[in-house]
Amino acid sequence: MSTQDGHTHMHGLKPAIPPGAKTPRGRRTDRRTPEWVTGLLFVSPWIVGFLSFMAAPILMSLYYSFTDYPLLEPPAWIGLGNYAEMFTDPLFWKTMGNTTLYAALAVPFGTILALFVAWLLNQSVKGLVFFRSAVFLPSLVPLVASSMIWLWLFNGELGLINVAIDAVLGPLGVRGPNWLGDSTWIMPALVLMSFWSIGQAVVIYIASLQDVPKALYEAADLDGMSPLTKFMNVTLPMISPVVLFNVIMAIITSWQVFAVPYIMLGSEGGPDRAGFFYTMYLYDNAFRFQRMGYASAMAWVQLLIILGLTGLTFLASKKLVHYRA
Amino acid sequence: MARGTDQGVLGRIAVYAVLVGISLLFALPLLWMLSTSLKPTEQTLANPPTLLPEPISIVPQQVVRNYIGELDADGEVIHRGVWTDPVVDFPLYLRNTLLVSFLAVGGMVISSALIAYGFARVQWRGRNAMFVFVLATMMIPFPVLMGPMFIIFRELGWIGTFRPLWVPAFFGTAFNIFLLRQFFLTIPRELDEAARIDGCSHWGIFWRIIVPLSKPALSVVALFHFIFMWNDFLGPLIFLNHRDQFTLALGLQLYQSQAGNVPWNLLMAASVLVVLPVVVLFFLTQRTFVEGIATQGLKE
Repeated sequence: MSTQDGHTHMHGLKPAIPPGAKTPRGRRTDRRTPEWVTGLLFVSPWIVGFLSFMAAPILMSLYYSFTDYPLLEPPAWIGLGNYAEMFTDPLFWKTMGNTTLYAALAVPFGTILALFVAWLLNQSVKGLVFFRSAVFLPSLVPLVASSMIWLWLFNGELGLINVAIDAVLGPLGVRGPNWLGDSTWIMPALVLMSFWSIGQAVVIYIASLQDVPKALYEAADLDGMSPLTKFMNVTLPMISPVVLFNVIMAIITSWQVFAVPYIMLGSEGGPDRAGFFYTMYLYDNAFRFQRMGYASAMAWVQLLIILGLTGLTFLASKKLVHYRA
Repeated sequence: MARGTDQGVLGRIAVYAVLVGISLLFALPLLWMLSTSLKPTEQTLANPPTLLPEPISIVPQQVVRNYIGELDADGEVIHRGVWTDPVVDFPLYLRNTLLVSFLAVGGMVISSALIAYGFARVQWRGRNAMFVFVLATMMIPFPVLMGPMFIIFRELGWIGTFRPLWVPAFFGTAFNIFLLRQFFLTIPRELDEAARIDGCSHWGIFWRIIVPLSKPALSVVALFHFIFMWNDFLGPLIFLNHRDQFTLALGLQLYQSQAGNVPWNLLMAASVLVVLPVVVLFFLTQRTFVEGIATQGLKE
């Protein structure tokens, strides 16, 4: 992410704008509109959108989080009641646990896998376009469609995964589990499925791998480094800012998991609610139980968790991430 | 990077084998979806399953049965197919999705380009600080906003209309603004300055120089937002309240929520139809993108 800047540009150069030239708003002026006015006019759609679709909702939900708000009646102030309720709400902790477990499995393993695949796809071999397309395409498949596909693959009796397990391990007496029908196997199934859509991270990693200066590898070759040492000591430090960015985005995404478990397992999250995620419970409170106050408190907790995790990731990576001058 | 010269033949073979294996694993779910979508129902229930529909010559007939469906003269269903299925109105949901996506993509491209221009080409105090702030908003997840947004849209009387899905697109999105700003920065400033000397305002420079030169980047934004709209599940789930307004993402889920007994071949045929446009767009834009950058002569 290079941020070129153009501060040197055109100071002292006064373009001759004829009187009456049109300015962004189409007003007639004798002088050029000041740059700051023009600048703000250009970015004004973002400012309006931010105020109405981000700032306002965030502040509203902060207020609602201190109220009892059944949607059809006006909100009634209850102080910290909603936050206190969370502590003793078993479903809140269930979703918290499920979501944390999912993030703790899907993010690190997904990152390692994406890095490995990116490294493979950065080798000079024939057929790269094919390999890259095969890896990238699944990440574009709409979640509804991928939910349907994996529902079919994970099917306990007829699903391709269990057919394969039975064919290979059947003689040893191992049978494939009833993935989505068994509370123990729901989480592994969802994590496994998440690996299918690492394609976008892979593409970003490939681009960053190509930015690593070749001279560094030549030096490493002279030192007689093995490919693995080279990757750990040269490649990884050089691409670490990109990895950090991707890890943070992956954490944020995993806290928003909703569509896949909702479609595959239903709004309850399957047997034992093993696939019941934080956002699903937030959705339930807001739109099914008409408890907008509690849902808003959950939204704020989610926001703080995401900010906290991002901050922690930054801190933890301070020594590991190498920023080029 | 590692060019293979130092890796030896064995190393290269190993890399190849792993690449083939991984690509197959990634492609398999899509291929299995396609194969299942072409099978008659009995064959989807066979254990062990066959790799392809058997005999392969039934494929054309299966396309008609599973994808379109067969009705008799009175409109009674002989073979339930996606396009004519009475339960899930695929053509209607497709129309809804296209309408909403078209509006949202248009709004997103125009607004993100204007905003990105303000951050890339106009000098004003606080610009860089504000840009960092814009980037920081990428971290705010939609679930945090959805409750109050519902209330705002309810006050506006927009619940049950398409407006909550496309109006916000007219105010840009951090990621797209970022993408376009980075692209605009690569366009040589000499072009703007020449235009300025000729009496062009920022508005003129934006439309006459930046937009024509940025077609590849603009089409990437359009592609990304189209895929986002095509994919979006939570938004339509919250803001739409009538089956007639459903988008494909919601409509497809109706198959699943009918409590089982949906033939897998029908489900997979519907999935193929939803995945297909994305696949086609991917292959088309891959070319546009590469060509665009190559032919616009930006890197002289």
